[in-house]
Amino acid sequence: MPDSASTLAPLVRMTGVTKRFGPVTVLRQVDFEVWPGEVHVLAGENGAGKSTLIKILGGVHTDFEGSLEVHGRPARPRSPTEAAALGVSVIHQELSLVGPMSVSDNIFLGQTLTRGGWVRDGPQRQQTRRLLAELGLELDVRRPVEEFAMATRQMIEIAKALSRRTDVIVMDEPTSALNGPEVDRLFNLIGQLKGQGCGIVYITHKMEEIERIADRITVLRDGVRVGSAPAGQLPSAELIRWMVGRELNEQFPRHTPRLGAERLRLENFSVYPEGGSGRASVQGINLSVRSGEIVGVGGLQGSGASDLLLGLFGAYGDGTRGRVQLEGRPVRIRAPRQAIAAGVALLTNDRKATGLVLSLSIVANATLAGLNRLSPGGWRRPRLEEVASERVIRPLGLRTASFDLEVGALSGGNQQKVAIAKWLQIEPRLLLLDEPTRGIDIGAKHEIYHLMNQWTAQGIAILLITSEMPELLALSDRVIVLHRGRVTAEFDRASATPERVLSAAMGTERLSGNQRDPTPAEFDRRTQAG
Amino acid sequence: MDNGAMRRGGEWLKQVLSGPAGRAFIALVLVALVGVIFNAEGAFYKIATHRDALRQASVYGILACGMTLVIIGGGIDLAVGSILALVAVSCATLAIHWNWSSWLAIPACLLIGGCCGGLSGFTAARLRVQPFIATLAMMVFARGMAKYVSGGMKVSTAVQNPDGTYRYVDVPPLFEAIDRRILGDTVPVVTLIFAACLAVAWAALAWHRWGRQIYAIGGNEEAARLSGVPVVFAKLWAYVMSGVFAGVAGICQAAQEHQGDPEAGVGYELIAIAMVVMGGTSLMGGRGGMGLTLLGVLTIGYLDKILSINAVPEAGRLMLTGTIIVAAVLTQRRRRS
Ligand SMILES: Nc1ncnc2c1ncn2[C@@H]1O[C@H](COP(=O)(O)OP(=O)(O)OP(=O)(O)O)[C@@H](O)[C@H]1O
Ligand SMILES: [Mg+2]
Repeated sequence: MPDSASTLAPLVRMTGVTKRFGPVTVLRQVDFEVWPGEVHVLAGENGAGKSTLIKILGGVHTDFEGSLEVHGRPARPRSPTEAAALGVSVIHQELSLVGPMSVSDNIFLGQTLTRGGWVRDGPQRQQTRRLLAELGLELDVRRPVEEFAMATRQMIEIAKALSRRTDVIVMDEPTSALNGPEVDRLFNLIGQLKGQGCGIVYITHKMEEIERIADRITVLRDGVRVGSAPAGQLPSAELIRWMVGRELNEQFPRHTPRLGAERLRLENFSVYPEGGSGRASVQGINLSVRSGEIVGVGGLQGSGASDLLLGLFGAYGDGTRGRVQLEGRPVRIRAPRQAIAAGVALLTNDRKATGLVLSLSIVANATLAGLNRLSPGGWRRPRLEEVASERVIRPLGLRTASFDLEVGALSGGNQQKVAIAKWLQIEPRLLLLDEPTRGIDIGAKHEIYHLMNQWTAQGIAILLITSEMPELLALSDRVIVLHRGRVTAEFDRASATPERVLSAAMGTERLSGNQRDPTPAEFDRRTQAG
Repeated sequence: MDNGAMRRGGEWLKQVLSGPAGRAFIALVLVALVGVIFNAEGAFYKIATHRDALRQASVYGILACGMTLVIIGGGIDLAVGSILALVAVSCATLAIHWNWSSWLAIPACLLIGGCCGGLSGFTAARLRVQPFIATLAMMVFARGMAKYVSGGMKVSTAVQNPDGTYRYVDVPPLFEAIDRRILGDTVPVVTLIFAACLAVAWAALAWHRWGRQIYAIGGNEEAARLSGVPVVFAKLWAYVMSGVFAGVAGICQAAQEHQGDPEAGVGYELIAIAMVVMGGTSLMGGRGGMGLTLLGVLTIGYLDKILSINAVPEAGRLMLTGTIIVAAVLTQRRRRS
């Protein structure tokens, strides 16, 4: 039921799609349509089959039952290139950029501009710059992609899909690492594309995004289509019930427990990611976190928030300066191993690159950080590992047939749960969380919020980074805001508002608290700092 | 109902065969089939043929054990052939010329192998030189050492007298003991040694903490490091083990030849790598296992034996082996759905 007046055929029509991986059926008789000029949101819990469905559309999975029509003609793309030729381009959930290649080479990968077989670098770079400018990004397009932060890489991936100038654009959780202003820019662009008659498929777990851009919503649960409705006719409570199968209130239930002794103290802490002689990405931080407390770290791209956690965790070896105290004792952490031994855990923001070993099983990943304790005398105890994994994974709501499954075969959100489980395994006393709910469905998000309450009640201290402002404000007992590696503001729970945090993140609000809204020009300039 | 059971059985078979172990097994069965077809007038059915096939594959197999450990950790060890030669000449010198007892000679030889492995491991893991380069350097270095220790000549039981003439001494008991068959003349001792190496490597990989760590490193080194895995130490240890296994192979080689040849083991590292890959262990690291390597060793070992009992001349044998390795590895490739 297209809500537009267009009597044309849908751009894409999938009927009766069924997909199996070996004995497991992950999609059952799913119907799905995309009309010109609409944003069609595909929603559902982790593992519901959303990514699988669009991988079929994008030519990644070629072996399925059912039919697929593009522009009213039967089609069966056998590769992403064929899908692109049909006019379908996909931004995949797990980014698919080639790390050592330059930004422009990545964007033109598979459609290289050539003359007589030779690559035309100049025009490629020029066009790349233009594309990125549309997204409000100014980068050195000759630098390898792997040198950029997660959020920038996600923007590059978006630019890559847009470069194809196609009429169906699929975005699988494109904003999972993006901040407010970047999301705004993406949404503007989506608006333009809609105006040009493109059909957009948008997958997200963020309710406020659905409310902002959805024209139509289709919900999957356990591989079955629950329903499909125009966004206006689907209030969010109803939508949640479709997704989760039960009621769920949307409030974040943060209960601040009684704060205990000081767990972490940083004095004049600086981080040098390239070693002592390089540039400092975090400078002169003073910070104290008490047991039972959640301290949020706010900041835009390039603020150094992630580097603060990595440096603290010993990931940069000797590349830190300043004093660190854990529970009142000065410590010198030069390797993740030492951090773990001291009861510190770090959930990184990129599960695929730094969080998980995709080729290993769920159990192996969940026990990797606690292996020393689980294998006394050096010999492993599979039974013990099984029990220990079970204990940390079950509360996270990961439903899977077997713990021996390779993590690479799990859905994105379920992978995230395994990454979290790994750190619960070591019973940390200080948890450093970088985007903990990235890609996690709302049901499980609430579980994790509950768990964070439980952890703090047990006396665990948490340092939290999240690009979702509502999450940051609702969960943090205190928020510090970084801008270019320095603390620009600190708020307690009562005084933190989205506006104040944002302006501090852009460097306009200082510790003194002189508050003023940034001019649009400032806003743009400041968010471009990559 | 019967139909359902059969279907389920079929599903099961399909699943097993679609795994790497299943595919490696198919390759082995195919090779065995070739043996049955070209059985060289029944020679393939003689016990002696199988005994020899196993014996000849054993030295390569021992090298493949260590190679598997290194490859799973995301590395490669090109030095094993040269280390084999160094240990072979050292072992011959110790046992024939210096009359060391086996109880001293064996640990000394393993120590030499382990030190060589440790050195390439240190270069690769700690100094972060690419494993290919680090072990290539070790390969050249150890070959030089082998020539230095032996003076460039085979170390045999022909011992030079002070007046320049030669006399023959007895083959040392260590060599006799290894170059023997037991259990009614059916099982070569070197094959037992191979089995023992396989068991040690398997236990370390499947049951020891270190095994899990090396899989993690091969799969995603950065994630492993951030999970507290002692990356440098675990990788170093893989190379040490590979060196020790090369030492074992060197002793076996010397014992079988009754001499230490500084030119021994040239190209063995490549055969060992072929065996590992034939089994289905990924050269990218992170996936594989000792069971797979056993299948790979048997496949290539039997292939060679079958070609030789059919008196295929060496030129043809090499060309055929190359072709068949590629064909087998192609069937090994993980299928994407
Ligand atoms: N290559 C694969 N092999 C086996 N099972 C797979 C594979 N890829 C996905 N699956 C399974 O298919 C199911 C659906 O996965 P999919 O990635 O489509 O979920 P999703 O809806 O995108 O979830 P998320 O919100 O977490 O991204 C999951 O149970 C997953 O484990
Ligand atoms: Mg997904």
